[in-house]
Amino acid sequence: MRSELTRLPHAKVLLKNRWPQFIIMALMLAGFLFAILSGLAGTPVGNANFGIVFVWIAWWAVLILVAVPFFGRGWCAICPIPLPGEWLQRGAILELPRRKPRWLNLRWPKVFRNIWLQNLSFTLLALFSVVILTTPKTTAILLAVLMFLALGTSLVFERRAFCRYICPVGGFIGLYAQVSPLELRAKDKSVCATCKGKPCYNGSEAGYGCPWQVFPGGLAKNTYCGLCMECLRTCPSDNIAIKVRPLGTELAQPSHRMDEAFKAFIMLGAAMIYAGVLLGPWSPLKSAAYSVGTTAWFGYAIAFLALLFGLLPGLFWLAIRIGQRISKNLLPTHHALTTFATALIPLGLAFWVAFSLSFVLTNASYIVSSLSDPFGWGWNLFGTAAVVWQPYLTNLLAPLQTIVLVGGSFWSARVAQKASQNASISSIPTVVYCALVTLVMAGLLL
Amino acid sequence: MRRSEIYSRVLITAGLLVALSAPFVARALGSRSAVEIHARMAGAGGWMPDVLQAKVGVPLHLRLTSDDVTHGFAIGQSDLAAVDVVPGKMTDLTLIFDRPGTFTFYCTRWCGPDHWRMRGTIQVTGGKAIDPQPASAPLYLQLGLDIDAPHPAAVTPDGAPSAQRGAALAGRLSPQYLTPGYYRSHSPAQVFTELRVDPALHSLSDADLWDLVAYIWQSNTTQAGLAAGQKLFAQNCAACHGETGSGNGVFAGDVKALNGKTPANFADSISMLGASPALLQGKILRGGMGTGMPSWGPILTDEQTWEIIGYLYTFQFKENTR
Repeated sequence: MRSELTRLPHAKVLLKNRWPQFIIMALMLAGFLFAILSGLAGTPVGNANFGIVFVWIAWWAVLILVAVPFFGRGWCAICPIPLPGEWLQRGAILELPRRKPRWLNLRWPKVFRNIWLQNLSFTLLALFSVVILTTPKTTAILLAVLMFLALGTSLVFERRAFCRYICPVGGFIGLYAQVSPLELRAKDKSVCATCKGKPCYNGSEAGYGCPWQVFPGGLAKNTYCGLCMECLRTCPSDNIAIKVRPLGTELAQPSHRMDEAFKAFIMLGAAMIYAGVLLGPWSPLKSAAYSVGTTAWFGYAIAFLALLFGLLPGLFWLAIRIGQRISKNLLPTHHALTTFATALIPLGLAFWVAFSLSFVLTNASYIVSSLSDPFGWGWNLFGTAAVVWQPYLTNLLAPLQTIVLVGGSFWSARVAQKASQNASISSIPTVVYCALVTLVMAGLLL
Repeated sequence: MRRSEIYSRVLITAGLLVALSAPFVARALGSRSAVEIHARMAGAGGWMPDVLQAKVGVPLHLRLTSDDVTHGFAIGQSDLAAVDVVPGKMTDLTLIFDRPGTFTFYCTRWCGPDHWRMRGTIQVTGGKAIDPQPASAPLYLQLGLDIDAPHPAAVTPDGAPSAQRGAALAGRLSPQYLTPGYYRSHSPAQVFTELRVDPALHSLSDADLWDLVAYIWQSNTTQAGLAAGQKLFAQNCAACHGETGSGNGVFAGDVKALNGKTPANFADSISMLGASPALLQGKILRGGMGTGMPSWGPILTDEQTWEIIGYLYTFQFKENTR
């Protein structure tokens, strides 16, 4: 039950041609630099600064409400962060590969060939998020650091090591891309098996080898495919397709990786903490999260880390053990845990969508005013600078959030049931776990 | 190099240049010699810059913005209506000075415990001084009052004095007691003591004499003056001294924490009836006294100061406000 987008002749031409993608990336790059500049030179008032408003409200809304659920890693396909580094690495933007790499081109260290670094980078970001989200200068510095980190990584290591192993955003996009209805796959894997030279991975005169260090012929999951379309250009047999599929089909095949399981816990916990700190009525909690370095903040940080790395995984482990006890199952617990952790993927995405609905609808009017006065310098480019703050669609917010949360927990229960059939472990404790955390999240949001 | 590669590099470079330079180019073209003033809470920088230069008759364009909370901008001893200075927004203001001198601008919004420290000066040069004769020293200086010393009243009334009852007895009062000069230089307790030894008033009770004191205070104020004093008090004093004058305003706790002293309590009859209007004038104009009391000299006009003082005594002579 899949339909191939790449069968449409126009779609295929647009995707294979480097120009459309490059133009979008170049525009994004200009916007990205503009956001850094406004953070540094514009007003220090967050809600009046383009950097804050366009990164954390506009971009975030598009990312979590549209791009991730419907296009998976669609954002990665047009993200400007790797562009400057890749230009230097390849010595060209659109020109086809030279024979010799110009820089170190090292392989990424084996110990880090997982997403633990991304787990760490996201956790750090989330820990300081209240400051980052409200202070234009900090946001600007963060954006600049990400770009320079990506650039430096491109010069030392081969391909897009930053995107694949470091980017704090890329980790969770990959995790949640598994539910998206879009996938890039080989049409016929036997063609790939006999293909000489594997140009999709090694590169050819038609294009570069997969920047995401993935062999497209073996792709079964969306997690690490950045949708950069390079293999579409290099495949000599026209064997790569972009397909539309039913939502979440690959959740039935757990990856059995602890780093991905922890990514799910981190995202689940961070969504709950964000909901409590950013949307909750508790001002001491807000100020503790904001006052980095104080005793109160250390208390907040310890509670934050304890929830993400202790309580949520600990209770989940307990649920799995109970499930094993019920079903008298002797599978190693870590194997059982990573199997059932896929149930947390639709749930986590639902948490983030529900949180972001509130965050974005509350703050969207800042986009309108900041568009006319991006630096807070008193401009009025489009006549909308004086638009006063107002939340949008307030009467739809709670029903929408309820639908998303209830839908997410049902979906996760279904995934747990499927996992239960495969592993012959009772899914009841996992379903109860999901229902309980959903209730907590609903209590925080509604 | 292929043509497409050249185009792509040109595109990226152009995008980069536009993104980074357009704001500054637009800003340079758009500015019209306005002075941009950023307001922050006193502890974080106050007014930046806080010293401005201007010439008599030449418009001074200001662009005001706040980097933290809402502030207000006003100029002391002027009729200019205060404007709000809102975070992330620009407020344009044009000033024209008709005389030279040093003017104080200050924050009119209660932005924090150090709100009153948010001040700056505008030095206006050129033109002719309108008022050639030198201003006389304020009354408290002429009288040589020590405004830092305690000033307890030697006597206080048992009940609330009534200016209305006092008005009925006013015919027996020598006119000298009703002059502004006498009123301003004596505390209510001093006036009571002098009335007590006045042979013409020998037959009156202590309560009668306190009613006369209240009448003297009332006759030196007007309803309009008291209303103006009340408004000024609400704008400038109530945050520390409280709406009821009891020294319990919203910032009273912060003032105590900073200075170890609570704001003065105008409802306390011992200190209030022991203070002359001239003494209160000194406290208001100079400030200090080891408390967090700001100096209001550069902000309030002479008339405004006396209006506030007149209003302060209504916390003792409550009937006078009616």
